[in-house]
Amino acid sequence: MPTITYIQPDGTAEAMTVEDGTTLMRAAVTSGVDGIVGECGGQAMCATCHVYVRPEFAGRLPQIGDDEDEMLDCTTAERTDRSRLGCQISVDAGLDGIVVDVPADQV
Amino acid sequence: MSVVIVGGGQAGLQVADSLRAGGYADGIDIVADEPGIPYQRPPLSKDYLVPGKDAAPLPLRGPGFLAAKGITVHDGVAAVALERGSRQVVLSNGRRLGYGHLVLATGAANRHLACEGAGLPGIRGLRTLPDAQALHAELPRARNVVVIGAGFIGLEFAAAARAHGATVTVLEFAPRPMGRALSAVTAEWFAAAHVRMGVRLRLNEGIERFEAGPDGRVAAAVSTSGERYPADLVVAGIGVVPNDSLAAAAGLETANGIVVDEALRTSDPSVLAVGDCASFPNAHTGTRTRLESVQNATDQGRHAAGTIMGRTGAYLDLPWFWSVQGALRLQIAGLSAPGDQTIMAGDPDAGKFSVLCFRDGALAAVESVNAPADHIAARKLLAAGHGPTLEEAAARGFSLKAFGQAPASAGR
Repeated sequence: MPTITYIQPDGTAEAMTVEDGTTLMRAAVTSGVDGIVGECGGQAMCATCHVYVRPEFAGRLPQIGDDEDEMLDCTTAERTDRSRLGCQISVDAGLDGIVVDVPADQV
Repeated sequence: MSVVIVGGGQAGLQVADSLRAGGYADGIDIVADEPGIPYQRPPLSKDYLVPGKDAAPLPLRGPGFLAAKGITVHDGVAAVALERGSRQVVLSNGRRLGYGHLVLATGAANRHLACEGAGLPGIRGLRTLPDAQALHAELPRARNVVVIGAGFIGLEFAAAARAHGATVTVLEFAPRPMGRALSAVTAEWFAAAHVRMGVRLRLNEGIERFEAGPDGRVAAAVSTSGERYPADLVVAGIGVVPNDSLAAAAGLETANGIVVDEALRTSDPSVLAVGDCASFPNAHTGTRTRLESVQNATDQGRHAAGTIMGRTGAYLDLPWFWSVQGALRLQIAGLSAPGDQTIMAGDPDAGKFSVLCFRDGALAAVESVNAPADHIAARKLLAAGHGPTLEEAAARGFSLKAFGQAPASAGR
């Protein structure tokens, strides 16, 4: 089972082990990670599960879909080339150990 | 003094979360009549029913979160009475919980069909996880699905049933689908889109009765126009009624919901009500309103927590909604009303557009289809009261997303 680490803006780290295929949003919401809201339930419609994926994992991420790209333009915290929606990234063995930074603001 | 929250839905959990986030240190008890970990309802009529999608329920907050925050969930237990004099809630297991503040987040219940045959096996509603689990199991075998009511739930379910390959008939007694929530132009676009998806959408046609087959299960739905539709699975989505009987029995004021003031307090200031069950003074329409949405539940939950912690101020958050019906993603910001002047922005033929609803010359609501960036822009513009004028919106090539991002709007 893969692990995910969420880093808060103050540097606090929260690591968790999840079932294969769990999205970054679902894992965070289920565990109550501060700063990841997921208010639309994972439909790429609200941009409240915005995360910054550490660059060393960039090559292993799925492509950004059109819907996700459009929503990333609407995030409250600044969009960077590391920005993704957590609901669109399923974590399996290939992304084991992924580290993401939680933005200061979601809504 | 503890806070007791009656209701384990989106609103109730948000109250608890926001109390802890705000530094509230006393006990928090949530009384949730459904067993198990409180979960999100919206996916139950969407991803949960679509073939090949994730069917695991999405918890509202995980058990680790609840434990870490010192939030006690009494699951599978109902609140059966409020004793306001002694500030106690009586539970179905005989326990009593004392409170300093009580929050009623009791939600709503599905309205039931009242016609002949409405109790036949094979006729279901869709609200709870067990409802969705039953439909998840039955949909792959269903051949003829009849949906009663072309509201959000009915059409979400209809789209899911089409994705399973069933023949789907939707009966709606009103002339348009989602007529209470949408402008006529958007509602009519959705009617056509569902027909293109292969849904047999029967408008101006209600349900008269159901007929049973030899096995005793539902076999057909007969409409008010006398048409007979074969049916092996029927889902009714004909609206809800607020769960306000607990409040009414305790002498709190109710009127299509639990009546609250602008700070979400009931007629007893130590008792608040939030979410689907609350009838609140709506700053956006100037009328008393009850809204059934995630936004209303979570924003009112946050506000009620603030009221308990001594913050003053009126609940003013902008209402917004969403629905996913097959490939159609609908998002609504604000509340439209009959008589609004509408402007189409975008390309309805390509299935990506927003309808801007103007009232008294000002932007009042925006309905976006497959245009989430427009929706986010609309929420920000409406909340700030800085929407485009009718003339700006009517200009050729107008884009709400671009308008919201334009430098001119930055300092508005």
